[in-house]
Amino acid sequence: MIPAAFDYVRAGSAEEAVALLGEHGDEAKLLAGGHSLLPMMKLRLAVPSVLVDIGRVSDLSYITDGGDHIAVGALTRHRALETSDLLAAECPLLGHVAGEVGDPQVRHRGTIGGSLAHSDPASDLPAAVLALGGTLVAQGPNGSREIAVGDFFTGYFESALADDEMLTEIRVPKAPGASWNYQKFNRRAQDWAIVGAAAVTVNGGTNVALVNMGSVPLRASAVEAALAGGASAADAAEQAAEGTDAPTDLNATPDYRNHLARVLTRRALEAVGIG
Amino acid sequence: MEISVTVNGETRTGDVEPRTLLVYWLRDDLRLTGTNIGCDTSSCGACTVHVNGESVKSCTMLAVQADGEDILTIEGLAPSEDELHPMQEAFRQNHGLQCGYCTPGMVMAAVSLLEENPDPSERDVRLGLEGNLCRCTGYHNIVKSVLACAAGETAA
Repeated sequence: MIPAAFDYVRAGSAEEAVALLGEHGDEAKLLAGGHSLLPMMKLRLAVPSVLVDIGRVSDLSYITDGGDHIAVGALTRHRALETSDLLAAECPLLGHVAGEVGDPQVRHRGTIGGSLAHSDPASDLPAAVLALGGTLVAQGPNGSREIAVGDFFTGYFESALADDEMLTEIRVPKAPGASWNYQKFNRRAQDWAIVGAAAVTVNGGTNVALVNMGSVPLRASAVEAALAGGASAADAAEQAAEGTDAPTDLNATPDYRNHLARVLTRRALEAVGIG
Repeated sequence: MEISVTVNGETRTGDVEPRTLLVYWLRDDLRLTGTNIGCDTSSCGACTVHVNGESVKSCTMLAVQADGEDILTIEGLAPSEDELHPMQEAFRQNHGLQCGYCTPGMVMAAVSLLEENPDPSERDVRLGLEGNLCRCTGYHNIVKSVLACAAGETAA
C-alpha cells in the first residue's frame, strides 16, 4: 500500500514548520515519526496534499528538568522516554507508558508530540499525560501558548491545535514519590489498548485516566470523586464507566469495555495502594 | 526528490517520489530483496531494517525520511560472503526458522534487541520481538536462537 501523492517539504525549525503550515493551510500535515500518520495515509484515511517533515528538528528532542516539572520536547521518541533516568526518577508513569506503546520498532520512531497531536483516544500516552495533569506548549505564527492537557483533546482525532500551530513541548509535574500504575488490556502484544487505565497519586488525591472509552482520552471523574469521598478502590472503580461513551469495534462492545474499565481501574487503584 | 543514503556501508543515491516507502526503494530500486514485505501495515515486522543502528519497520518510513541516514539491511549483516553474523548462525543452529519469511525481520529485530539489552531474559526476548510475527508460530526456537546468540554460543 502506497500513500496518495503529496508534496514534501522539510522544516529546519519549529518557526519554519509553522510558516509552512500557514502557507499551505489545512491541506498540510506535519510528519514527525510518522507511525500514526503514514499508516493512515496508506489506507487513504488521511490524504494531505503537503507533508511538512519536522523529523530533522533535532532541538525539539530532549527531556529536561524544569524545576517543578519535567519538560519533554515534542520530537522526543518513545524509546528515549522509556529509557530516561530523569523520567524514571521524577515521573515514572510517563516513561513506563511510553514503553507500552506499540513495539520496539514503533518506539524507535514514534514521538510523544506526534502521539498527542494525533489525539487517538486508543493511544497510551495521551491518557498518561492526562492523568499526570500535564501542560502542552504550542507554537503558532504569533508565538507560543500553553494548553492544559484537559483542554487539549477536543474530539475523535481532534485537538485544540490550530491548523498553523505545532506542538513543541510537553510538561509533566514532577511526582517523584507518587504511586502510579498503568493497566493496558489487549489481545496481541503490539496492539492498541482495548481499554487502558492509568492511576497516579498527586498531592494526596488520585487521578485516573482511561484509554479508548470515548472519542477522547478521559479522566474517570466519578472514580476520582468517589475516592475523594473516601470510597474503597473496589467501590470507586464501580464508577469507572460513568460519563464515558465506549466505542464498538471488532474487539469489543461498549458493555465489555465498560466492564474492562471497572476491572482495570480497580487493579490500577489497588496497585497504587488504595484499599 | 534526490536522496543519498548509506546502505550497508555504501552511499546509494536515488530519485524518488516523496510517497515511496523505504522498503520499496530498498527492494525495487536497490534490488535488496532480502527485506520482505509482509503485512504492509506496521504490524508484522518482516520489513525490519536498522536506521542508525535501531530496528525500524521500513514499510512505515518514507525513503525521503532516510535521506542522509545509515541503513543496514539483512544483506549487510554478515561480515563476509563466507561467514554468517552470529545471530544468523544462532538461527541456523537452533532451527529458528520454518518457512523463513519472517526471518530477515526477526534477525534484524533480534540484533537491535541485543544492542540495547545484551543479556536478556527469555521474557525480555519475547517482549523485545513483539513487533515481529511468525505465521509458522515458530517462536520457541526463535527465542532459543536469540538467547543462544546472547550467551555467545555462536560467536563468529
